[in-house]
Amino acid sequence: MAVWLTESSKVIVQGMTGAEGSKHTRRMLAAGTNVVGGVNPRKAGQQVDFDGTKLPVFATVAEAMEQTGADTSVIFVPPAGTGSAAIEAIDAQITLAVIITEGVPVHDSARLWAHAQATGNKTRIIGPNCPGIASPGKSNAGIIPADITGPGKIGLVSKSGTLTYQMMYELRDIGFSTAIGIGGDPVIGTTHIDALAAFEGDPETAAIVMIGEIGGDAEERAAEFIKSRVRKPVVGYIAGFTAPPGKTMGHAGAIISGSAGTAEAKKVALEAAGVRVGKTPTETANLMRDLVKAL
Amino acid sequence: MDLYEYQGRALFSKHGLPVLDGGVATTPDEARAIAERLGERVVIKAQVKVGGRGKAGGVKLAEGADEATSHATNILGMDIKGHTVHKVMVTTTADIAEEYYFSYLLDRANRTFLCIASVAGGMEIETVAHDAPEKVAKVAIDAIKGVDEATARQIVQQAQFPAEVADQVVAIAVQLWQAFIAEDATLVEVNPLAKTTDGTVLCLDAKVTLDENAGFRHPDHEEFEDPDAADPLERAAKAKNLNYVKLDGNVGIIGNGAGLVMSTLDVVAYAGEALGSRPANFLDIGGGASAQVMANGLEIVLGDPDVKSVFVNVFGGITACDAVANGIVQALQLLKDRGEPVTKPLVVRLDGNNAEEGRRILDDAANPLIERVDTMDGAARRAAELAASGV
Repeated sequence: MAVWLTESSKVIVQGMTGAEGSKHTRRMLAAGTNVVGGVNPRKAGQQVDFDGTKLPVFATVAEAMEQTGADTSVIFVPPAGTGSAAIEAIDAQITLAVIITEGVPVHDSARLWAHAQATGNKTRIIGPNCPGIASPGKSNAGIIPADITGPGKIGLVSKSGTLTYQMMYELRDIGFSTAIGIGGDPVIGTTHIDALAAFEGDPETAAIVMIGEIGGDAEERAAEFIKSRVRKPVVGYIAGFTAPPGKTMGHAGAIISGSAGTAEAKKVALEAAGVRVGKTPTETANLMRDLVKAL
Repeated sequence: MDLYEYQGRALFSKHGLPVLDGGVATTPDEARAIAERLGERVVIKAQVKVGGRGKAGGVKLAEGADEATSHATNILGMDIKGHTVHKVMVTTTADIAEEYYFSYLLDRANRTFLCIASVAGGMEIETVAHDAPEKVAKVAIDAIKGVDEATARQIVQQAQFPAEVADQVVAIAVQLWQAFIAEDATLVEVNPLAKTTDGTVLCLDAKVTLDENAGFRHPDHEEFEDPDAADPLERAAKAKNLNYVKLDGNVGIIGNGAGLVMSTLDVVAYAGEALGSRPANFLDIGGGASAQVMANGLEIVLGDPDVKSVFVNVFGGITACDAVANGIVQALQLLKDRGEPVTKPLVVRLDGNNAEEGRRILDDAANPLIERVDTMDGAARRAAELAASGV
């Protein structure tokens, strides 16, 4: 069954004709994703050939959904237009919108989130500034490499793209139900808690890896959620123990403000919730391997 | 990007908020000129991005231009909590009757904006919130509706501002919100928002943080950047579009992806605990690591004299490891050709996309400076050892 993205998901790409959009549409198709079209109002009516797969370009998300039955959009639109592209997808009431774009102004993210709330929360938003979501062997919406590992029983949720790939690689012997990169921005749609709740309810997921990093208190809140609501085993990893306060470490949201948002506080909160937290990605993977063996 | 007070004050002024007249000076003579223009009594304030200026002696009242000049002379060059004072702000003074607090900020947890207002201003709002939480009003702001007069009036009521200043504070609340939105700020804080003895409400301080992701909408924000304050290597890295943060250790770090690089710093710190080795920097070369990007990265990392070894940690997701390996080999050649040959050992760990080919390229290059280690933890250990025994 996997989480949110399955073999029956029909995917469109907003910004499919751009450099990043077309590169990753090709990769998604190669991974077996059912990509059914793209959206670009200036190129509506055209077709784009991806190694023999001809995909139509639509003027709007609504039109693409009507013509193809698409339920998922992956957004590669550059930062200046990301907010309005996402709002268009929300207004069309698409089920899942995955915003890959990095560098979206936080006011735009706050507004698109508020818009989603104000219009009844019909669309699950992942990102922005994220690698997307992959259900290995089924579908891949975003830029997570499809060939790292195959299907299995681990669910993964992470703020970081490369740490997602690293963890999938470390645990390639077990495999993943779904890997969700929620993104490293201060304001994001889907949170650790949303993903944990989905994995808890997914019969294909037996255990969960949660990867966090400095900044904000999402991990602390996730720890509270795990304590009260998650019965499946969870292992955790937090990056940024050596990050100095007040410096942004690559991701816009990865910043320790005063004494808030430290890796230590997140680790303590997770451990208090019974989550085993690894010191390195490899150690974290080994904790998960032990857990899965014991299941 | 955090602004200096004088920059925040200029932004406030641009958006019609009431601030004191004044200017910014980098020399005592400039401070004198501003003081002469302003008249009798002025305040000289050190411009540093750290709290506690007053206690450190960085804020002084001056009667006349002579005293202003002498205070400016003392304050310029002063060290306040590790920050050197390069500029002072000189303003007129206000006779303060009451001090309030007002701010808008990003509320990450609730994915919206928050207004914090209090009639107990002039001190740290965290202290007020701790000692007298009933005096601090926190009002969530709808990111779409924003703050109009009605919302502003609610805030003023909830924070229990005195009736005689209510209209003025409402007007300031609306204007401050407009500044917050127009400038893509993530924080605008006025502390104190002061009532003077003649009943006027003024913004006596301005703390502003701007969203760097919104820079494309604000070409004018570039002038707020402060190249003098940044570390020289951070400045050089920024000029080359590299995401670099200087740290205090001896193991240079290069990796791809913010999360993986943060993790690499941690793993090196653990591995180096017993050896006295620590990460020297954060450097994320992002996706696609061309020889040029790798050369630029190596140049910056090795520009730090404390670096004794370098750990290149790459997981090839989209990036192909053979391209990274070629990048490393060519970068070393490029630096050699430029007359800046690399002499520090490089520990390289490649995994993921085309890793085997990448490893083969490194092995074939047979460069004695490049040491290849298969695992991230093992490579971190090796880099820490090399740094500890380093030249």
